[in-house]
Parts: sequence; structure tokens; C-alpha cells
Amino acid sequence: MSPPVITPSPIISESFQGETAILVNNLTMAYGDRVILRDITFTVNRGDIFIIMGGSGCGKSTLLRHLIGLQQPATGEVIYDSVDFWNLPPDERQRRMRRFGVLYQSGALWSSMTLAENIALPLEEYTALSRAEIADLVSFKLALVGLAGFGGYYPSEISGGMKKRAGLARAMALDPDILFFDEPSAGLDPISSRRLDDLIIELRDSLGATVVIVSHELPSIFAIGTNSVFLDAGTRTMIASGDPRRLLAESDDPLVHSFLTRGATGQSDNKHTPVGGSSS
Amino acid sequence: MGGAMEQEGLTFDGNLFRRPAEGTLCMAIDGEWLAGNLPLSLQAVDAEFAAVPTIRLIFETGCLGRWDSGLLTFLIKLKEFCNEKGVTFDDGNLPDGARRLLALAAAVPMRPDGHEGNARQPFLERVADHAISSWHTVIEMTSFLGEVSVACGRMMTGKARFRRSELVTIMQECGAQALPIVSLISLLVGLILAFVGAVQLAMFGAQIYVASLVGIAIVRVMGAIMTGIIMAGRTGAAFAARLGTMQVNEEIDALATLGISPVEHLVLPRILALVVMMPLLCLYADLMGILGGLIVGVFMLDLNVTEYLTMTQKAVRLRYFWIGLFHSAVFGVLVALAGCMRGIQCGRSASAVGDATTSAVVTGIVSIIVATAVITVVCNILGI
Repeated sequence: MSPPVITPSPIISESFQGETAILVNNLTMAYGDRVILRDITFTVNRGDIFIIMGGSGCGKSTLLRHLIGLQQPATGEVIYDSVDFWNLPPDERQRRMRRFGVLYQSGALWSSMTLAENIALPLEEYTALSRAEIADLVSFKLALVGLAGFGGYYPSEISGGMKKRAGLARAMALDPDILFFDEPSAGLDPISSRRLDDLIIELRDSLGATVVIVSHELPSIFAIGTNSVFLDAGTRTMIASGDPRRLLAESDDPLVHSFLTRGATGQSDNKHTPVGGSSS
Repeated sequence: MGGAMEQEGLTFDGNLFRRPAEGTLCMAIDGEWLAGNLPLSLQAVDAEFAAVPTIRLIFETGCLGRWDSGLLTFLIKLKEFCNEKGVTFDDGNLPDGARRLLALAAAVPMRPDGHEGNARQPFLERVADHAISSWHTVIEMTSFLGEVSVACGRMMTGKARFRRSELVTIMQECGAQALPIVSLISLLVGLILAFVGAVQLAMFGAQIYVASLVGIAIVRVMGAIMTGIIMAGRTGAAFAARLGTMQVNEEIDALATLGISPVEHLVLPRILALVVMMPLLCLYADLMGILGGLIVGVFMLDLNVTEYLTMTQKAVRLRYFWIGLFHSAVFGVLVALAGCMRGIQCGRSASAVGDATTSAVVTGIVSIIVATAVITVVCNILGI
């Protein structure tokens, strides 16, 4: 008989659509005295593919760091399951962080470990599963992202796209409730980017996980986003939120419109003023 | 698990298995299926297959509670097992999410040239790999030394290009900023030498010769060696880590694609800085070492300060200073070369930077000791 799991694996459930997964309430983020973003309020529902978008330097990744517990907000709340995440004792916060799966921009695989060891590490740390059970889970996660048979490879031996997929497999190691992606399409060719988008949708549908994506890749935003928030570096706050396709059709804000139409028309018109870097 | 349940006319009387038709086995997946705590094993299914001939396996999941990846890994193994036994695996009644995940996991077949683990190579193959790798290291080292020689030649003719401001910064980093650690170590080495010597010399009433012992040892070789080793650990490692990180970030590639020689731009200023600063640090270390000896002489052996310094002056010839300074200039070149070479040859990962740093320190210290031996033998032959 295998030993019991110390930390129960998060449960895959399909009956939670519409429930609130994350509530961000009046969040203000700052580095010392320098405010990065202020008064950010939005709700992410379970099963959403929620996009955090905006131009370069608007604080998308900073917001993500506040959501995943890497950086404490200056003021405001990040609420998971009706509990203010940043008001929890550190131990409890750590426990909740295990329910997050995070895919970093570069994959952030540990270079001294093979892909299998990368995925196995969280399982070894937080479960009492046997080696054989961990090996089965690792093979399964690798197969899910299309990397069956690559367990013995080191990160330096695989391509950038494969690193991202391996990073995704590691992010899913503990069957997380919420998957966070920091610019998943960055550095990928259009076909790989599209495949990753399809994989994200498939995983959301089959795992029933909530997905939060930081992105400024318009094709991906329109292809997979079900809800979004638009951040502006000029005003240092959010200036729009909602389904990205609805924002495209209905938003009156010139900055949001400019940002979204450029992608929608597929033009690379250099005469446009760069978006996101100036006040609207 | 597997209490009696009734679903769409199927009845499981305390058993997970039921035979709805000839050759068909219906398996109830009910209750919790969590990794590490699965209620059923493949052996049970095998026993059921063995009991009655089976050609099709179907599932009932009406009472399935919480489940996670543990259920999916079980189903994958069960599917493989069914294929081996020639039994049709019918996943029609499995939860939609589970069926989709199984399909996703099977979508990309196992890569034929993939390797799941690190298979141990045969002994001869490993020896051959090491031999080839060592040969490549020798070629790389020679090639690097060649490039540095060419760059030095260009510098002599005023053609080498590097930023003078960077040279000054590096000189400050590896010179002035190293003074505290050089002070501490040299002072202590002088103290230790004097103390060990004093214990022996006191037996003959020859305490005054402690000044000669410390003076000659420190000035001729120990000051240079200690400075060299400190700089190998401090500056050589910093050079390797800095250039290694630049390699990881493709900064060195960026220089090369602009037509700027990384050796001229990055290695030359570092070698120059250490060649200039090491003799100065060595001179400083000599003074600190003599001061250490003086402290022992004055406070432990009751020698007079003037007496001690006069004895040191008599014992230490000027040529010993030159020999010490020559040692330190050579060590400067070796430490800089070791640090820069390992940094430039660094791989493109965090662990490669760590390896490069370790290797730079080891190479630096080994080359310092070997060079000391060579210089000592040559000095002996020359009678100096």
C-alpha cells in the first residue's frame, strides 16, 4: 500500500464554472516610493482564460508577481477562496502557493536537472508518493505537453518552445487550481505559439483549471482570452476590462482601441504611435 | 471501496467488476482516486481477466468522487495492459475531462530517439569520451592562448581596441578593493611564520633570526603566493562568473557580431589590470607580512622594533623583492587567463556558470603552484 499523500493533490472538478477564483481589490503596487500600478480591481472566474494585457513596461509582470505571492502589494487585497492571500500567515500562504502552477517567460527550468527531475521535484517535496508513482506522474505530465520520452534531457539540450512546454508540465506537477503564464508566446514562432494556445485551451477544458496569462500577443489574446484587464503605463492603472473581443468592438478608449485594432487588422504600420508607453 | 451501487440497471454487489455481457468486463471507478491512494491495482484487473475470458473493458463512473492525475496514470497503464492482453479499452463512460487528457497524452507518440534516463555508458566508452574531451580542452586552451597572444601583439602595436574606462574600473575592483583581504591574510601569514619559527629558534637562543626567516620567506615567495591565491579565489572567480554570465546572455555573441573581438574587449583589460595590480598588492602583502612578524617579535620574543627591522633589512636583499614581484606579475597573468578562459568557454546555463567559476579557481591555484615550482627551480639554477 502506498503511503498517503501528505498534501492532498488538488482536485480536478468540472462543476465550478462561474465561481470566483481570484478577486483583486483596489490593489496598489510600488517599489519603495515609486508606484507602478494603483487601484487595480478585477475578478477572475473559475474556468476563465484571463488575460493581463497592456504595452511594454505597464506593470503586467509586476501584477502577476503580486498574484502568485512573489511580491507584496503596497495596499489592497488579492483574494482566493474568500481569503485575503497577503493577510495569511506565511506558512498558510506557502501552502496556498502550491495550488498555483506558474510558467515563467523563459520556462525557468532548473538547468542542473533533467526535465523529469524538474517535474519530479515538487512531487518529491510536497507528496509522500513512491518513486514509481512519481515516475508515472512525470511521464504523464510530459506526455500531456507532447514531450513523451524527453524526461532524460537537460534544458540546455532542447529548443525554446520545448522548454516552455516542459515548464508547463512542471507547472502542472501538483495538479494546480490556477495556472499562471508570463508571456507564453514570447520568442515562439507562430505555429508553436498557436500550438501552445491550443494546449492551454485543452488543459483548461480537461483539467478545469483557471488560467491567467500575461500577454501582449494579440493573436493569442483574441484566440484564447475569455476575460481581460488592460493596464496603462501612463495613468498607472487599469483602463479597461472584459472579453478582449468585446473590448475590440466596444471600447471607446483610444489607447485600448489602438492596441487592439493593430492586431486585429494584422498590419505592421510603423506610423502608429507606440501604445502603452504614454498617457491616454 | 466499491460498495454496492446501482447505475442505469447495472448492479455491483460489493464488487468493482461486473459482467454485463459475454466477453465484456465492466469496471466501476467509484469513490476517490487520488495519487498515492488508488483503490485498485492492475493485479486485480489481471486476476479478473484471468478468471473469465475478456475481449472488452468498459467503465462505470457514476459514483466517482474526487480524482486527480493518479487516476489518469492508472488508466494509461490499464490501457497499455489491455493492449498487451488484446482487450479492447472502451473509455466511453469515463469523465469527459479524463478522456480528453488521455487523448492529449497519447496525441504525441514517444520520441524514438528520446531518452528517459541516463543509461550508464560502458567503461571503455566513458574512458574514450574523457580522452576526447580532454583533447578538446587542450585544443580550446591552446586556441584561447593563441587569441590572447595575437591580441597582446595588437596591443603592443597600438591596434587593440578596448574601453580604457573599463580597464580603470577593473583595476580598482581587483586592486584597491582587494586591500582589506590581502591585509588580513598577509598579516596573519607573517604572524604564523614568525610564531612557528620562534618556537624552534628560541631553543637555540636565536630569536633574532625570526626577522630574517619572516623577511626572506614573505618577500621572496610567500607574499606573492598568498596574494596570488587570494586573487584566484576573489578576482579569478569574479572574471569567470562575469564572462560566463555574459556568455549565457549572448552578450559575447553580440560583441562578435559587431566585429569586436571579445578577447580584446573583455580579456585584455582584465589581464592588464591584474598584471599591474598584482605586484602592487604583493608589495603591500610583503609589508603586512613583515608587520605580522614584527608583532610576534616585539610582543612574544621581547625584541626591539629597531633591532627587528635592522635584522630584516640585513637579511632581505633587493633581488628578493624583484623575485617576489616577478612571481606576482606571472601569477597575475595566470589568474586572469584562467578566469577569462573559463568564462569565455562557459556553457549557456546557470550550472555552467558555476562550473566555470569553480574551474577558474582550481586552474588559477594549480597554475600558481606549478609556476612557483618552475620559477624556484630556474632561480636555483641561475643562483639567485
